[in-house]
Amino acid sequence: MLFSESFRMAITALMANKLRSLLTMLGIIIGVGAVIAMVSVGMGVRSNVQTSIASLGSNMLIVSPGSETRGGPRGAAGSMTTLKYEDAVAIKEKIKNIDYVSPTVSSSYQVVNGNQNWRSTVSGVTPEFMMIRSLEVSTGSFVSKGDMDKRQRVAVLGSTVVENLFGAENPVGKNIRINSQPFKVIGVLQSKGQSSMGQDQDDMVYIPLTTAQERMQGITYVQSINVQVSDAERMDQVQGDIESLLRQRHHIAKGKEDDFNVRNLTSIMETMNQTTGMITILLGSIAGISLVVGGIGIMNIMMVSVTERTREIGIRKALGATFFNIMTQFLIESVVIGVIGGLIGIGLGCACSWLIAKFGNFNTVITFLPILVSFVFSVGIGLFFGIYPARKAAKLDPIEALRYE
Amino acid sequence: MAKDEKHLTIRLRGIKKLYQVGDQEVAALNGIDLDIHSGEFAALMGPSGSGKSTLMNILGCLDRPTVGSYQLDGQEVAHLGDDALAATRNKKIGFVFQNFNLLSRISALENVALPLVYAGVGRRERMERAMHFLDAVGLGDRADHQPNELSGGQRQRVAIARALVNDPHIIMADEPTGNLDTKSTKEIMEIFEGMHEKGRTIILVTHEPEIAACASRQLLVRDGVITRDEGKGVVMDVV
Repeated sequence: MLFSESFRMAITALMANKLRSLLTMLGIIIGVGAVIAMVSVGMGVRSNVQTSIASLGSNMLIVSPGSETRGGPRGAAGSMTTLKYEDAVAIKEKIKNIDYVSPTVSSSYQVVNGNQNWRSTVSGVTPEFMMIRSLEVSTGSFVSKGDMDKRQRVAVLGSTVVENLFGAENPVGKNIRINSQPFKVIGVLQSKGQSSMGQDQDDMVYIPLTTAQERMQGITYVQSINVQVSDAERMDQVQGDIESLLRQRHHIAKGKEDDFNVRNLTSIMETMNQTTGMITILLGSIAGISLVVGGIGIMNIMMVSVTERTREIGIRKALGATFFNIMTQFLIESVVIGVIGGLIGIGLGCACSWLIAKFGNFNTVITFLPILVSFVFSVGIGLFFGIYPARKAAKLDPIEALRYE
Repeated sequence: MAKDEKHLTIRLRGIKKLYQVGDQEVAALNGIDLDIHSGEFAALMGPSGSGKSTLMNILGCLDRPTVGSYQLDGQEVAHLGDDALAATRNKKIGFVFQNFNLLSRISALENVALPLVYAGVGRRERMERAMHFLDAVGLGDRADHQPNELSGGQRQRVAIARALVNDPHIIMADEPTGNLDTKSTKEIMEIFEGMHEKGRTIILVTHEPEIAACASRQLLVRDGVITRDEGKGVVMDVV
C-alpha cells in the first residue's frame, strides 16, 4: 500500500473528528509553544547579562599587585607596592595588540560641597580610562594629560555624587573638598546605571592619577592597571606577554611566584553564561514536561479511537489489510497530530515570546535550535505514543473485530 | 465427481476447529471434508451454533483450522501466516456481509475501491475500476453518496461491487439478504445468479430455505459436520 494512501486515510479520520483532533493537538501545541517561549526568555536573560558584562569594558585585562609574602602573616591581595606607573607605560610600548592601558589607584574619601557631604570612591586615573570603561562626559571634560603632568586638583563626578552634593545645580566650575583638599569640578559623567553585580557605577569621583598618588595618598605605586586588548582572540596571548614583561621588569627569578595578578573578564563572562544557560535549561525542561503530558494525551485519544473503530479495522482486515497496513494508518494519524500540533505550537511560541518582549518590557531571543528541537520532539512524541495504540489496532483478530458492535 | 482435479477450487480434509472453554475442549467443527469446484454456487445452511459461521470464516481465510488441510486453488492455506492470509483474502475472496460492513465516513465509490488500496493499485486505476463495478450493480449515479445516504438494498449492492472489484475467484456471502426486504432480496439474489452464470464460485450462508434453493448445491451443517449435500431444487428443512 502506498504511503500517500495511508496519509490520506489519516487525514480523513482526523477531519471526521475535528474538535477531538484539535483538543488532542492542544497538548502538543501548548507544550511546544511553552518550550519556545520559555527558552526565548532564558536566552533573553543571557543576552542581557552579556551586554551588561560587555559594558564593564570589553576585552579587558586587569593587572593587580600580588600579596605581600615576605615574613609574617600574608597580606591581602593587592597589598604589594611593586606595580608602578612605569610598568603601565612599558606594557603600552612593548606589547602589541593593545588599544589602551590605564593604571589606577583608588580610595574612599569624604567629599564636601558647602554644607553637603558624601562618601565616595575617589579614583586616580589617566585619560585612557575613559575609553576603557566606555565613559561619556555629559558636561565639561575628562581628566587630561595636562592635568596629569601638573598634578592638578581637578575632579570629574559621577551622577550619583552630583545629585547628593549639588542637587539640580550644574557643578562644573564649582569647588569641592575631597579629604579637606580643594578640588575644582571640571566635568560630569553620563549615567551608567548599576552594574550586573549591583554596584552603582555612578557613585564615583575621578581625579588625575598623579594627584591621587602624590597629593592624596602619598604613594608611588598603582593599585591596578587596566588593559584593553584590541582583539578578543588575542586575550590569552597578550595576557602571557604582560606576565613575562612584568616578571622581567620586577626581576623575578625563574620558579619564584609572580608579585602581580593578571585577570580577565572572560572568566566572569563564562560563569554568567553558565548560570544563564542553567536558567534556560530549567525553564525549557519545565515546559518540556507539558510536551510529554501532551504526548500522553495523544496516546489516550488514539486508544479510544482504536476501540471506537474496531469494526472499521475488522472490515479493512477482511478486505486484505495486513498488520503493517493498519499499523501504518494509525501511526501516521498520531504523527500527523504531532506535526500539525508542533507547527501551530511553533507559531504560538514565537507569538508569545514576541508579546513578552513587547508588553513585558523584557528582552527575548528566539533561536532556531529550540524550534527545531521541540518540533522534532513533538513528532517523536506522536510516533512514540502512537506505537502502542497502533499495534493494538493492527493485532486485532478480524473475526472478533467484525463481530464488535 | 465428473469434474477435473484442476478445477477444484476448495478442498477441505478433516477440518476441525477446537475451542477451549474452561478446562473442556469444544469442537465447533468436527471433521469436515468438502470439495467445491470452480463455478459452483453452494448454499451453506444450518441452525445457529451448528458451526456454519466457523466454517465460513475458515473458508474465507479469516480464521485457521485447528487440524486438517485446506487447499485453495491447490495451495495449502490452513497454516499460512497472518500477512499471507490477508493477501489471499485480498486477491482470491470477495466478502458480502449481512450488515454490509461499509465504512461510514467515505463515499460509496471509495468503499468499493478499498480492496484495491490493499492490492497496491494506483489511485486513478482504482477509481476507474470501482466506478465500473458500481455501474454494474446499477449505482453509478450514487458514487459520491455516503453509505448512510443509501437504502439497505443499495448498500448491499455497494458491498457486492466491493467484493467483485479485485476480480476474486470466490464470493463469500454471509446472510447477504438477512437485513433486507423482499424486493431488495430479490434484486440481490438476481445479482448472485448473474455472477453464477458468469462462472464465479459462490458460497452463500443462509438459513432461509427458499434462498438456498437458488443455489446449485445445498449443504447442511449440524453439530460441526456436514450432514446433507443436495443438488438444486430440493428444499431442505433446516430444523
